[in-house]
Amino acid sequence: MKLFTTQHRRLGVLYLLLSLAAVAIGTLLSLVMRIHRVWPDTPLPIIGLLKPEDYLALVTMHGTLMIFFVLTIAPQIGFASLVLPEQIGARSMAFPRLNAAAFWIAVTALLVLLTAFFVPKGAPIGGWTSYPPLSAIPAAGPGEGAGMDFWLVSIGLFCLSSWLAAVNILATILGERRAGMTWSRLPMTVWAWLVTSILTLLAFAVLLAAIVLLISDRHFGSSFFVPAGDLINGRIVGRGDGSPLLWLHLFWFFGHPEVYIAVLPGMGLATSLFANFGRRRVRGYPVMAAMLIAIGFLGLIVWGHHMFVSGMNPYAGTAFALTTMAIAVPSTVEVLGWLTMLWGGGLRFPTPMLFALGFLSFFIAGGLTGPILAQPALDSYLHNTFFVVAHFHMVMAMAGTFSLFAGIYYWFPLMTGRLMNETLGKLHFWLSIIGAWGTFFPMHFSGLAGEPRHYDRLTGPATSFSGIIANERGITSAALFLAAAQLIFLWNIFRSARRGRPAPPNPWQATTLEWAPEPPTRRIERGPYEYEIAVNEMIFTPQWESASKQE
Amino acid sequence: MPATFTRHPVEIERKDTGIGGKPPLDRRPTGGGGGDDNWDNRPNGRRGPRELLSRYRLGVLFALAGDLMFFVALVSAFFVRQSAGHFDARENYVSDWHALAVPPILWINTAVLILSSLTMEVARRQLFREIDVMDEWLGLGRPAVKRAAPWMIATFILGSLFLAGQWIAWEQLVQQGFYYNSPDPSSHFFYLITGVHGLHLVLGIFALAAALGAMFVLRRIELRQIAVDCTAWYWHTMGLFWIFLFALLAFFQ
Repeated sequence: MKLFTTQHRRLGVLYLLLSLAAVAIGTLLSLVMRIHRVWPDTPLPIIGLLKPEDYLALVTMHGTLMIFFVLTIAPQIGFASLVLPEQIGARSMAFPRLNAAAFWIAVTALLVLLTAFFVPKGAPIGGWTSYPPLSAIPAAGPGEGAGMDFWLVSIGLFCLSSWLAAVNILATILGERRAGMTWSRLPMTVWAWLVTSILTLLAFAVLLAAIVLLISDRHFGSSFFVPAGDLINGRIVGRGDGSPLLWLHLFWFFGHPEVYIAVLPGMGLATSLFANFGRRRVRGYPVMAAMLIAIGFLGLIVWGHHMFVSGMNPYAGTAFALTTMAIAVPSTVEVLGWLTMLWGGGLRFPTPMLFALGFLSFFIAGGLTGPILAQPALDSYLHNTFFVVAHFHMVMAMAGTFSLFAGIYYWFPLMTGRLMNETLGKLHFWLSIIGAWGTFFPMHFSGLAGEPRHYDRLTGPATSFSGIIANERGITSAALFLAAAQLIFLWNIFRSARRGRPAPPNPWQATTLEWAPEPPTRRIERGPYEYEIAVNEMIFTPQWESASKQE
Repeated sequence: MPATFTRHPVEIERKDTGIGGKPPLDRRPTGGGGGDDNWDNRPNGRRGPRELLSRYRLGVLFALAGDLMFFVALVSAFFVRQSAGHFDARENYVSDWHALAVPPILWINTAVLILSSLTMEVARRQLFREIDVMDEWLGLGRPAVKRAAPWMIATFILGSLFLAGQWIAWEQLVQQGFYYNSPDPSSHFFYLITGVHGLHLVLGIFALAAALGAMFVLRRIELRQIAVDCTAWYWHTMGLFWIFLFALLAFFQ
């Protein structure tokens, strides 16, 4: 495959491969963490005995890899590069060379990030959120020197890359639609990409500004984030009345929309898949699209709920709690919309549909703990416990990943011309959903029992959480099980890409334009989901058919 | 492209169909039955002569919307940092923020930048004058380029003057004892905001130079229009951003 390409579908595959590399590394890091949590005194192969700061470095790099390089890239520009132009009847993205440039900037960002492992004192330990003053003072901890600099440069480059990608997606959706492809004829995925790209423009620009300020604090002697009297190793390093809270505001103004950037494309895809494999129309299409926009808008004004215990003004906390709970309304409308689509019989369950249902299960289960954490009173107990870890791994990580799997199984024929193996796919799904629930659901109980985040070991002279060690062992076993199940997926991808069953044209009997046998040549006159329910019969009208066609 | 008088190969090949015979369908001077204009295969997106232009304008618009958020973040940081402080031993809330008097040369710089936006706009409009575009289609040279180039060069010079003026402002501040890393946060913000904005203008100057070159190199009128038009909108936006940033630095200390 040609590496330096501007062809959008190839770039989509390259983006997905980049995410695959990142997710592989991120998963390995998480396994090391899990093993260390239950056997803290057992030396691991190659790495040896883990020091506390090594554990924090693993947390940081795992989070950064997964959130930026997997959950931002793959659902948004990865899938959009793959199918967005076809779905709206365009030849290519609006700016193909810009797309390629954004991809190579993202590759550079990943390489810079991974370099942080190999610099003196290793990777940064400040978490993926890099709160100052820990991140602002190179002497504040191991890895906060060169490692932190590499992290900042990497994420700065990543901001640039996703900014260019968002500009490209927006210009494509607004300017390149085929004649007749009106707003009400867009597949729901396109609506999702539209919203996420607007969020990307707004959010990543702010993150870039915050990174510029932090680099300035670290190297040019300013005091944006370093508070007065900041004491490190017995020495006062604070220079002025800098405010760490300022970083939190800027970071979470990016960080919360980021969650929706990761999960909205999955919601759009789930809508399409439920329509396809249920053979039914999307009821309330305008409402479903409007709710995606509402979630995106509300997502911009809730960032403070990450900061209830940060020392922020409690009145501001109340306001943020209200807006956060308001998000439950459009999310519930989406979920109810999906449940109505799934109501009744006649569903088909190939692998993409299974993964879409898996997405739904995590979206609901993870979403339900959202309003709990949105209460400042409850959050002040739960915030630094594993309950939060459970919440965001369910609603963001697992829902996001399952929608990624759904998309890959669904669009695989477009990438390779072959179908993925169904038997292996179903095996992969069932093992994954058992492993994922087994890993992340019990974390709620650890969290309720008070297990703190960011502690490298649970037993020791000062703390004793011996009561939850058994639960932790279960989580670690489930995590190993979950990771092992992904080997089936890897095997399935690489085998099906070369030896899989050749896909017939339109293998899923879908209606959206990416499955058209040849690029459509006439006006689009059909909605995106014109399926009919019929007994033992496929009745559907693809978007590339004309309106006058008689059935 | 200038009109040429060489005979087109199709014309040479055209066979005489005899008196009264109709020419073949695809060779009728009126377009005949059509079907060979590749209409079904035409590119997607908005139709019309400005299709490509509007695509690039959209791209620039969205990129600048993101850039706006970048500056909004810096400005909000400015206000947050301005109100930050700590309690001293007597429980008084003291802030380390001291208002910075901006160097007066910034007023001149601002005027120069506004002037450069005007020259840029004149240059941009030259490329869209329909009479000039028609002249070029008729093969009468490139009047639009000739007319626009001096205005572009003027913009280039004024832009460079602005950057030089910003540099002088920095020098003056340094002489007053305000460094980037002096303990005063207002000083950090002054250098940071003018520096980041200056960086954007350096990119703008590169874009101007590239657009100037593109005007002479590119053969399609449309592409020349795009190069100048996008540069102009970027330049105007940076001018607008500067007016707000200058107002912030001068009046909201």
